[in-house]
Amino acid sequence: MNYFDLVPWIVFLPVLGLLLNILIGKRLGERGSSLVAFLASGGAFVVSVLQWLSLSAHPEAHIVKFAEWINIGALQVPWAFRVDTLSVTMMLVVSGVGTLIHIYAAGYMHYDVRYKGDPAAYQRFFIYLNLFIAAMMILVSGDSYLMLFVGWEGVGLCSFLLIGFWFNKNPDGSSGMENSNAAKKAFIANRVGDLGLLLAMFAIFTLMGSLSFDTVFARAEFINPSYILAITLFMLIGVAGKSAQLPLYVWLPDAMAGPTPVSALIHAATMVTAGVYLVARSAPLYSLAPAAQTTVAVVGALTALFAATIAVGQNDIKKVLAYSTISQLGFMVAAVGLGAFVAGMFHLVTHAFFKALLFLGSGSVILALERAHHPIDGDHEQHHEEPKKGHAFDPQDMRIMGGLRKVIPTTYRVYLIGALALAGLPPLAGFFSKDEILTDALHANPLVYALLTAAAFLTAFYMGRQVLLVFFGEPRSHAAEEAVESPPIMTWPLIVLAGLSILGGLINFPGLHGLTNWLEHTLGHEFAHATEFNLTVALTSTLLALLAIYLAWTLYGREPLKAKAADPLAKRLGSLFTALQNKWWVDEFYGWLIIRPYQRFAAFLADVVDWRFWHDWVHDSLIARGFRGLAVFLANPVDLGVIDGLANGLATGARGLASSLSILQTGYVRNYALMVFFGVVSMLAYLIFFS
Amino acid sequence: MEFFNSADLLHALPLIFLMSWATILLLVAAFARAASERIMPALAAAGLLLTGYFAARQFGNPASAFNGMFAADGFSAFITLLLVLSGLLAIALSSDYLKRMSLNRPEYYVLMLFSITGMMLMASAADLIVVFLALELLSIPLYVLAAFAQPEPRSEEAGLKYFLLGAFASGFLLFGIALVYGATATTSLTGIFIAAQSGLEQPLYLLIGAALILVGLAFKVAAVPFHMWTPDVYEGSPTSVTAFMAAGAKIGGFAALIRIFIVALPSISEQIVPVLWALTALTLIGGNLLAIAQNNVKRMLAYSSISHAGFLLMALVVYGQDAARFDVVASALFYLLAFIITSSGSWGVVIALEKQAGKGLEFSDYAGLGRTQPVLALAMAVFMLSFTGVPPTLGFAGKFYLFRAVLEGEYVGLAILGMLASLISAYYYLRLIVVMYMQTGNPKIHSERWLNLTTVGAAIGVVVLFFASEPLFDLAALALLHVN
Repeated sequence: MNYFDLVPWIVFLPVLGLLLNILIGKRLGERGSSLVAFLASGGAFVVSVLQWLSLSAHPEAHIVKFAEWINIGALQVPWAFRVDTLSVTMMLVVSGVGTLIHIYAAGYMHYDVRYKGDPAAYQRFFIYLNLFIAAMMILVSGDSYLMLFVGWEGVGLCSFLLIGFWFNKNPDGSSGMENSNAAKKAFIANRVGDLGLLLAMFAIFTLMGSLSFDTVFARAEFINPSYILAITLFMLIGVAGKSAQLPLYVWLPDAMAGPTPVSALIHAATMVTAGVYLVARSAPLYSLAPAAQTTVAVVGALTALFAATIAVGQNDIKKVLAYSTISQLGFMVAAVGLGAFVAGMFHLVTHAFFKALLFLGSGSVILALERAHHPIDGDHEQHHEEPKKGHAFDPQDMRIMGGLRKVIPTTYRVYLIGALALAGLPPLAGFFSKDEILTDALHANPLVYALLTAAAFLTAFYMGRQVLLVFFGEPRSHAAEEAVESPPIMTWPLIVLAGLSILGGLINFPGLHGLTNWLEHTLGHEFAHATEFNLTVALTSTLLALLAIYLAWTLYGREPLKAKAADPLAKRLGSLFTALQNKWWVDEFYGWLIIRPYQRFAAFLADVVDWRFWHDWVHDSLIARGFRGLAVFLANPVDLGVIDGLANGLATGARGLASSLSILQTGYVRNYALMVFFGVVSMLAYLIFFS
Repeated sequence: MEFFNSADLLHALPLIFLMSWATILLLVAAFARAASERIMPALAAAGLLLTGYFAARQFGNPASAFNGMFAADGFSAFITLLLVLSGLLAIALSSDYLKRMSLNRPEYYVLMLFSITGMMLMASAADLIVVFLALELLSIPLYVLAAFAQPEPRSEEAGLKYFLLGAFASGFLLFGIALVYGATATTSLTGIFIAAQSGLEQPLYLLIGAALILVGLAFKVAAVPFHMWTPDVYEGSPTSVTAFMAAGAKIGGFAALIRIFIVALPSISEQIVPVLWALTALTLIGGNLLAIAQNNVKRMLAYSSISHAGFLLMALVVYGQDAARFDVVASALFYLLAFIITSSGSWGVVIALEKQAGKGLEFSDYAGLGRTQPVLALAMAVFMLSFTGVPPTLGFAGKFYLFRAVLEGEYVGLAILGMLASLISAYYYLRLIVVMYMQTGNPKIHSERWLNLTTVGAAIGVVVLFFASEPLFDLAALALLHVN
């Protein structure tokens, strides 16, 4: 028994859900529309599980052709679903984590829409969320680069829509454009990446005459390796855009402007891992271009370390997680770059669990402070006061938190599990996946190993710092004292995710190699070799993590931060900490290098070229005035005099001719007969004398 | 030589059937007068429908009958269908109008059917004698119909004028036939063709005979300068007769012209084409120019009908070019179809506005129609645009195919002349639209069921069929002449 034919429903159930919410969402109310969205996403999860079950029995790839799409000469792209172990892994993660986040969001958005003063936005949120699930499913299930690209663009659109969900506000809730600017930034940075992916696709089609995976991989061997190198490097640009790698990562921290469930789903667990999936999917191409592989690995490792340093210096609870996400994506990218596709995918899955957990947990923290700051009496009363920019209460600032473990214990416990998993302490999920990456790195590229180990050390440090700042010590604000634990609809998904974060390591437990064997069916033995557990690596990283946590404790735990006090790290690191806080001034550097010159160029084009030259001089002076002069000339002497005269003359002439011809129409038969006679005579005369 | 056999009767079935049907109707009219006034339109329409059915079945089986005097081919079948269509439209326009004008005598429909029989015979005539017979058969009932409103003097005058001048023209036709016989010793169209191929002792006789035949038929289709009767007769006849005459007589005349010239006279095309050219040019210019000067809508439409005869003659000018010969027939047939529907519809509007004793026919009587009768005015506007040749109307498609055939025959000058004529025609067609929509007035109309149905249906058809022009033209292109 197999259920492969059901696979299109992974896309159509979410689409059905969003259509229902578009059409009758307002009438369903909050409960109804979130239920519809949940059922749509949950249904997709059920279908994914059915795919998994079917695939367990028949592990070879199944291609379900759903519809004709493009059929132009050599360009044949049907809408086909590819069900293999790799895509089903992604489907399970996307729909599984996605469904948990749908549940959480049903509770979270209830408060969020009220704090933002727009309860009507509730349905819109779930419409976007379902749309995202549908697009992500298209991305992971497509059987060709073009279908993948459709999903790729679709999730980019959803990301844009959801980052700018509160498009007329700043992240602190005041009116402004910062959220929509963040959305634009994400979109533009992603467009740069998309250009790379497009170029890669053009090259693939030109060289191999097809875009479907099997054909491309089969033909790749016969192509000049330098072309493959170009293709894979172009693809890397796409990966850097979507998965927030150097140098295009800058959009992801700003993307935290979106509601927290969005940060968890799109900007941590699923969409940003699309780049990792793309590299893993293109494993046969990358294996033909070792230079590209090395580049990918180095980019990933550099990103991992670079972002980890920035995370150390952040005070915003979500920004820390955002840079952490960039850093962890760096781990995955480095892994797939090294050819450790299984390790990369393994980390992708576990990271989806614990990073979703951390983001949702941070959402729970934020909401707890928000609700303490301005409680809502009853669910349906609308609460809204417009905060002033800069004076707004910022529930995301870790400096006003502290001591939360006592007031929101559930959130604290699950958050701690997530943080330890991220820090890579055994026996949590993060330990196993990170360890597998490090082991593979040690074998393949010591430089990458060194970078990643350093990043892992910093990871443990900043997570220790975060947990200590948020949950330990004394409350540093009134809101932190009064924080309110989130409702069960939000904590239950957290608990499930915490469980997954603990047990996730079993997926590819050393010695059992569950995921390795599973993915081997898709990647082949060559790319899915089992990594043996390396005690040295494991001990090193564990000790380093413990050391980092101890360091964090000495700085933030032994002597907890007081309200309005400076960060103790600032004293030790001095100007280096300022650099970390300011994210190494990369945004400013991009501003100086690209944005400001671009704006100056645009201003030049707009003011000087378009306005002064083109509008003022060419249009107004040259064309308009010249045309007016010509028009006056044409109108007065030419048109009125000559043309009108001619036309009127013609009309008068025609009428005159007509009436004079009418004179012939006497009404007398004899005259008519005479006319016929004349006609006949002239006709015959012509025939007789002229032909 | 066998006089005829049963197969011949079968080939002529549509004709024979309609003739018999009309005769029976005459008897019905004679013996059941009161009832026949009511049921006669329905009976006549039924007869036409059956005729159309028989004709449609003949499509694709070309045959010749009665010792080669009668041709039953795609061309005659298509013409018969066109005639059935115009006959049905004319009946629909007539039934209410005749009652309103107190002209409801059952003979009207019988005469109409007899005339249609003549028109059908025109399309099937493969012998000049049969052409003459057909011409008389089509004309004589028309003379009577023109005078049908007697004792109304204008109607009587119209009938008499038409008869006198028609007889005059018939004389030319007969004289032409005699000359052709003198030159070729035969009246069969194929025989004339063969004789002309094998060399003639007196080629001039053939040429002059052909010219005189042309005169006789040009009179019927109202080509300048043989058109003089048209405005007077069209204006004086009951409007429903005018509508029938404008469409039907033109179909018959052109059917005969096309068959005679293409089957019998391709050999003299070089000499006769300048004459045709001049005739066409005169008709185009004269018809359109004179239409401008009219203030009476009926007369305007009469001249308009003359100008459309000019457009149809354009197709005939090309008849000698091998490259264009298929398109000549097809484009002429298509143009006839477009003309029938547009013309019948526009006469329907005229009938709706006409009052007793020839009132309600001036341009000024149409002022304000756009406001008071938006549907009717819109229909009339559609007909005027179709006459002008503005897309999306059938008239545009007709002109398009026609000009294409002319250009295929490399008569660029003629095509330009046709364009100019269309341009002039816009002057008076648009004038009616301007009067309807931009001048104030309060016209009263007669709202009668069949009349409204015909008018609105024709307007819809003119627009909708435009989008089916391609298949319609292809159908017309199947209506080949059977040459043997």
